[in-house]
Amino acid sequence: MDQPATSELGAGAPTAAHGVARVDVRAVNKKEHRSAYQKRLKIFPKKARGGFRRLKWGIMALTLSAYYLAPWLRWDRGPSAPDQAILLDIPARRFYFFFIEIWPQEIYYLTGLLILAAFGLFLATSLFGRVWCGYTCPQTVWTDLFIAVERMVEGDRGARMRLDKAPWSATKIGKRVVKHGIWLIIAMMTGGAWVFYFADAPSLLGELVTLQAPPIAYIAIGVLTFTTYILGGLAREQVCIYMCPWPRIQAAMVDVDSMIVTYRGYRGEPRGPHRKGEPWEGRGDCIDCNNCVAVCPTGIDIRDGSQLECINCGLCVDACNDVMDRIHRPRGLIAYDTFANVERRASGKSARVKLLRARPLIYAGSMVAVAAVMVFGLSTRATLDVNVLRDRNPLFVTLSDGSIRNGYTVKIINKQHERRTYRLTVEGLPGHRVRVVGRDGAGAPMLPVPADRLASYRVLVSAPVDVLKGQSTPIVFLLTDTAGGTRVSYDAVFRGPGG
Amino acid sequence: MTDVAGHKETDEITGTETTGHEWDGIKELNTPLPRWWLWTFYACIAWAVVYWIAMPAWPLVSSHTKGVLGYASRAVVDQRLAAARAAQSVFVARINAASLGEIRQDPELLAFAIAGGRSAFAVNCSQCHGRGAAGSPGFANLNDDAWLWGGTLDDIHQTITYGIRSDHEETRVGDMPAFVRDEILTRDQVGDVAEYVLSLSGRSADPAAAGRGAAIFAEQCVACHQEGGVGNREVGAPNLSDSIWLYGGDKATIVETVSNGRGGVMPAWTGRLDPTTIKQLAVYVHSLGGGE
Repeated sequence: MDQPATSELGAGAPTAAHGVARVDVRAVNKKEHRSAYQKRLKIFPKKARGGFRRLKWGIMALTLSAYYLAPWLRWDRGPSAPDQAILLDIPARRFYFFFIEIWPQEIYYLTGLLILAAFGLFLATSLFGRVWCGYTCPQTVWTDLFIAVERMVEGDRGARMRLDKAPWSATKIGKRVVKHGIWLIIAMMTGGAWVFYFADAPSLLGELVTLQAPPIAYIAIGVLTFTTYILGGLAREQVCIYMCPWPRIQAAMVDVDSMIVTYRGYRGEPRGPHRKGEPWEGRGDCIDCNNCVAVCPTGIDIRDGSQLECINCGLCVDACNDVMDRIHRPRGLIAYDTFANVERRASGKSARVKLLRARPLIYAGSMVAVAAVMVFGLSTRATLDVNVLRDRNPLFVTLSDGSIRNGYTVKIINKQHERRTYRLTVEGLPGHRVRVVGRDGAGAPMLPVPADRLASYRVLVSAPVDVLKGQSTPIVFLLTDTAGGTRVSYDAVFRGPGG
Repeated sequence: MTDVAGHKETDEITGTETTGHEWDGIKELNTPLPRWWLWTFYACIAWAVVYWIAMPAWPLVSSHTKGVLGYASRAVVDQRLAAARAAQSVFVARINAASLGEIRQDPELLAFAIAGGRSAFAVNCSQCHGRGAAGSPGFANLNDDAWLWGGTLDDIHQTITYGIRSDHEETRVGDMPAFVRDEILTRDQVGDVAEYVLSLSGRSADPAAAGRGAAIFAEQCVACHQEGGVGNREVGAPNLSDSIWLYGGDKATIVETVSNGRGGVMPAWTGRLDPTTIKQLAVYVHSLGGGE
């Protein structure tokens, strides 16, 4: 099952039409071509030119800048918290995202973000197919970047194929060294940027340069350098086709009204080479030049229809439009289109774009609902939290005057960026006394908690035995912020001998 | 699988050798292991050999191979303990320098002392006093506010250091005589005294017996337990008028106590625990809720 000798390697390539050479290319991932026992066949994507290619460059610039620059954004939170806009502070167990600040017990906000991302993916897929895969997926962005480097060093498709076939020589070694060197530098910068999300970026950069950074930083950079190099440089489309679950799931999101990259067979068939001066009547617009196959980064032929391997990147649209311009036929033989419209056009009806369908509306509605819940949660997020743990051993203590005492551990979380003092009171127990170990004094106990911290106090509550309701008397711990008056309560019980 | 002539049998569809095993016409393919798997396997073997040489690995008759890197998990533990001690040394020095009252006033030192006291209590004291220091008959509950020998920081510290009826010469000593066994009182008289003792906390069932017992109490017991049975910490005599009973407050137990005496022992911890730990223990016990 060798690849056929490609005519690009030699002269005498047949023409598909006047001025358009036929690319002798095999869609290596075409289902019939790919036996289960076959090794990977290399793909040498040809450079495409056009609107979607430019869009891909733009999105690549945008996503890469976001990735590299985001850790350097600053966000003032006062002296007690870091000023990095996006920071996963694992030692301190805090996650900072601009105005959002998450403690470990609030990790459900992260779940909300992930649900939003998932529904966003579903929505985009139901509207425009796998555009996430084609434009914004990190695998696509880095693979695209790595292929661009390869093209810069080794040349376009034909040159790369010749180099690949050529015996080892100084030139070949030189080109390969340069290519892999640049790949490794990009991979290292990818890993290098990653660690800045986990520590103060400017100081970590200083530490990295002076070799003072913690070992885990170097290990993380090493692992990400390795995975970026392997996945983006060497594995490429195999990640999408064999490793990623999304191609298997996406079929559930796409329907007949989703805009996906489509070969309009009703217009293109029957396909075949076209000689100058021949009429276009009675034949399709497809001149079988194979340019759409040559530019495909996943090695398929879009004319076979929608396939698992297609990442909806639109490069074949660019390639085909370019050819259509040259042979003076209308653009859009390959285009973002829906199954329904292709059928309507084939039967002579006018196309109809249906964006407002039940499926995208449900996805969009779910996003709005999750976002609303999150906004509500974030805007009403408590900055004071209390947790009361009653002593289990002993359950209660009898005092010499016959009254009963219970011990509690009161944990107060102060999520504000300044020190606060709270007044502790207990309700539901007539005649009770409250004491806080280590804080003697008259009146209701005043408990200070440092900024952004949790403080733990041991509180002893005693009450006459005759006010208790059996073995377990419900009581309420009430905590009042002395500045501002915010109150939180905690329902607890007071244990006694009962009966 | 090779046949008699040495020909390997191959599967027509895949071109892979078969093992020759056949079940209901289905033949097992002899698919080679994936290359990456095989190399990982070889790498693991190489790693194991390197590991045997570098690290402690093989058991010998009375020892084990030490490995050229000189790693020993026990040494790592020692290192970590030393590091922990070094990290604590600042606080330990401050605990040593501070008085018990000063420790209680300093939130940082208090937290350190309570944490250290809690772990020392679990190791040395919980066997008698219980994990939560709630005690059991004969072993004092350290959470309540009744103290035989005093509940101030210094009292608790002295009790822990020298013990009660211990073998240390500074020990606290008090003696509850065995009134019946030593034939000081008759059984009937002890019954009357028990009724009187019950009446001290308002629980007597027999006023006549309690009246008789009061006279005996005034004669035999007041020296230590004081007028009204309020107790005397100088000799560890408990308050008989409160709700707390070391051995139990029902009549049978009181009769038993008066008849045969009591003499529980608390060992002296000086010499067994270092002064820092004893200080931490005193602060911890004081913080349990009954400290004075």
